[in-house]
Amino acid sequence: MIPWPGVDWDPLFLSLEAATIATLVAGIVGIGLGALLAWPRMIARDLLDAILAAPMVMPPTVLGYYVLVAVGRKSFVGTAWRDLFGTDLTFTFTGVVLAASLGAFPMIVKAARTAFQGVDPTLVAAARTLGAGPVRAFLTVSIPLAAPGLIAGLMLGFARGLGDFGVTLMIAGDIPGETQSAPLAIYDHVQAGREHDAAVMSIVLTVGAVAILYLVNRLARPGAEA
Amino acid sequence: MATLSVRAEVARRGPAGGTFALEVDTTFAPGVTCIMGPSGAGKSTLLGVIAGLVTPGRGRVALGDEVWLDTDQRRRVPVHKRHVAYLFQSLALFPHLNAIHNVEYSMPRGTPRRERHARAHALLERLGVAHLAHRRPRTFSGGEAQRVALARALAMAPRVILLDEPFSALDRALKIPLIALVRELALEAGVPTLAVTHSIGEARALADRVIQIAGGRVAADGGPDQLLPARVAYRDDRADERALEITPAPILTRR
Repeated sequence: MIPWPGVDWDPLFLSLEAATIATLVAGIVGIGLGALLAWPRMIARDLLDAILAAPMVMPPTVLGYYVLVAVGRKSFVGTAWRDLFGTDLTFTFTGVVLAASLGAFPMIVKAARTAFQGVDPTLVAAARTLGAGPVRAFLTVSIPLAAPGLIAGLMLGFARGLGDFGVTLMIAGDIPGETQSAPLAIYDHVQAGREHDAAVMSIVLTVGAVAILYLVNRLARPGAEA
Repeated sequence: MATLSVRAEVARRGPAGGTFALEVDTTFAPGVTCIMGPSGAGKSTLLGVIAGLVTPGRGRVALGDEVWLDTDQRRRVPVHKRHVAYLFQSLALFPHLNAIHNVEYSMPRGTPRRERHARAHALLERLGVAHLAHRRPRTFSGGEAQRVALARALAMAPRVILLDEPFSALDRALKIPLIALVRELALEAGVPTLAVTHSIGEARALADRVIQIAGGRVAADGGPDQLLPARVAYRDDRADERALEITPAPILTRR
């Protein structure tokens, strides 16, 4: 553990772990959907974009409520998940990951759409005439050229997932050692009057957030290469 | 060697909002055909139809007996299976790959790495740009980029070559040797080669045949001696471009 007298770091590690898994999951799905939104022949692009971005502006309680209805213990998905894996999706660590993924997802989709739209379509067309099928052209031309934007989106998504409070509380609860993430721990510290612990954890999260945003800005600079 | 036949009707919304149409029905034998005509006449669209990047509303494209597109039979061979070397006006070199990797990109994927590398190197050498092999496109001059793009286009052993204003970005001193080289390479490849150009000088040096497209239709079709004024050569490119843009009719007679 980090030598800082009296501070319990477990919530931070839990948050880091959940945000990492969430970034991977939301990254794969989000980059795919971002590419779809950037595809010139995509239909109902703006409607789909609005639906996918909605979690960014919805109250966390509303979002959490929908998730509980969709994948809670008594739902079809929740029951199927329990039959398959023997655990619940909600009020477990999986719930923390799910909440972090929901936070990360819209940011990754937005960044991916912008990044793919910035790729010169002539380069993709050139790849196709040079013998690349759509998948190879995507993997060898679109992805590398969009990489700085994609990485920036993943980092923003990670930061957003790390900081989630409301949805985590709604669908995973605040169980120390199991679902208590760093933001929830800060809330508990403040409630219990543990000012020192709240301050230390807040400073760590703030430094992390600023560091990530700084790196994102550097990646977004023109001419940046992944 | 196979002849390329193209029949296409394309209707698309033009940049100004009006509808733009291309309606052609012609064939291209091996050798160089220059496609001329004012901007927006449909020259690049014709290349797009042949490469498979533009799907016409109605049409048929075939190379010899091999049908690439037949809208009546709902048949369409995808772009990457046509083996059409397309030299884009912007060249479209991959900025994230060095010259040799750009050239290797178009080689069949089953080719062993060493062989691919050797062949790419030989092509770059043939085009006089072997020294750029390990450099990325942003460091190339206009003429160098052109040569690397040509090497990449030829590396796939093309069955048709399409050149979209291949020399427009070059000054005269670079143009003359490159035009001769392109003609040499096209004849060596022995495949139908279409070159879009605005310049009568370029067309005279390159073409076995000249087609003028105006308003989406073939307005004139014949040998360069028949269709192009003899006196205009490289001396005054600007002037002959002006002549084409403003008064195509007196220069190029309708069939």
